[in-house]
Amino acid sequence: MAIPKFLTGSEELSVSGPKIITSFQIGGVTINFTETIVLEWLVMAVILFTAWFLTRNMKVKGISKRQVLAEWAVEALTNLVRDTMGKRWLKFTPYIATVFSFSIFGSLLSLTGLRAVTSDFSVLVSWAFITFVLITATKIRFGGVGGYLKGFLDPVPVMLPLNILSEVATPTALALRHFGNIAGGGVIMALIYYGLTGASHALGLDIPILTVGIPAVFSLYFDLFSDFMQAFIFCMLTMVFISNAGPAEDET
Amino acid sequence: MDMTEAIVFAGSAIGAGLAMIAGIGPGIGEGYAVGKACEAIARQPEASGAVTRTMFVGCAVAESTGIYGLIIALLLMFLKPFT
Repeated sequence: MAIPKFLTGSEELSVSGPKIITSFQIGGVTINFTETIVLEWLVMAVILFTAWFLTRNMKVKGISKRQVLAEWAVEALTNLVRDTMGKRWLKFTPYIATVFSFSIFGSLLSLTGLRAVTSDFSVLVSWAFITFVLITATKIRFGGVGGYLKGFLDPVPVMLPLNILSEVATPTALALRHFGNIAGGGVIMALIYYGLTGASHALGLDIPILTVGIPAVFSLYFDLFSDFMQAFIFCMLTMVFISNAGPAEDET
Repeated sequence: MDMTEAIVFAGSAIGAGLAMIAGIGPGIGEGYAVGKACEAIARQPEASGAVTRTMFVGCAVAESTGIYGLIIALLLMFLKPFT
């Protein structure tokens, strides 16, 4: 009896970037339309639907379970921003909430067997770039353009190259950390599946029975814990960097 | 697989292994941070929320050097930039 192909498990291991669906040229620059973009739209649709579903029929009295969940999420994120950044930065809550939900939903996509959005470096680079723009804008807002440029010569002018380097290193490290964790977790999960398939074939089983259940234990860490942790840390560091860009808070 | 390719592949594999030595640093650092956090919580249990949050952020920052090593190792193993 021939065994269907999808039951025999992965025979070879291959790790690659996101699939390129189509690519087109704009002014001599090749722009790739990748799998990640499609999945990002999917994640956006899921987040939009969740938000719409949770906030439907909001009432003041006799609230539904949905509304409790929505209120809890908004309150938890607002409290997080207030505790970390202070009261005067509360207007950053929507940005933090967006990045947080996008990161969580995008990373948890790996649980469905699709490719996690956050295991594409370009996604993280764009988020880190937004954070970098916000940091710079905050510095300029509080110190003026002159103050911002003068900050590079602090404390002594000799430090100029190092200051420029540390300015660039902030978003780079932010993006690399998130990307490395999620992409590394994905590779390790692929290795576990591959190894367990090989082990069950070595035991003489045609259907890789060992891949049932055992990877779930590892998935708990690499897919669930790591995803939540990285989303939290990305938001946390974004908040810390932005609030550090302004002057110290006077007790108001 | 001809000889040159084999040598390059072997070099990449050894390089990936060497890159993962970077895991030592974050291991020691995070262990130290978690130990200190445990001490802090034992001394002041009511501050456990703030201590835990700070510890996780600190661990994540300490972890980044290890993650750089991991990225280099993965690049060398699977994308084979030198072949």
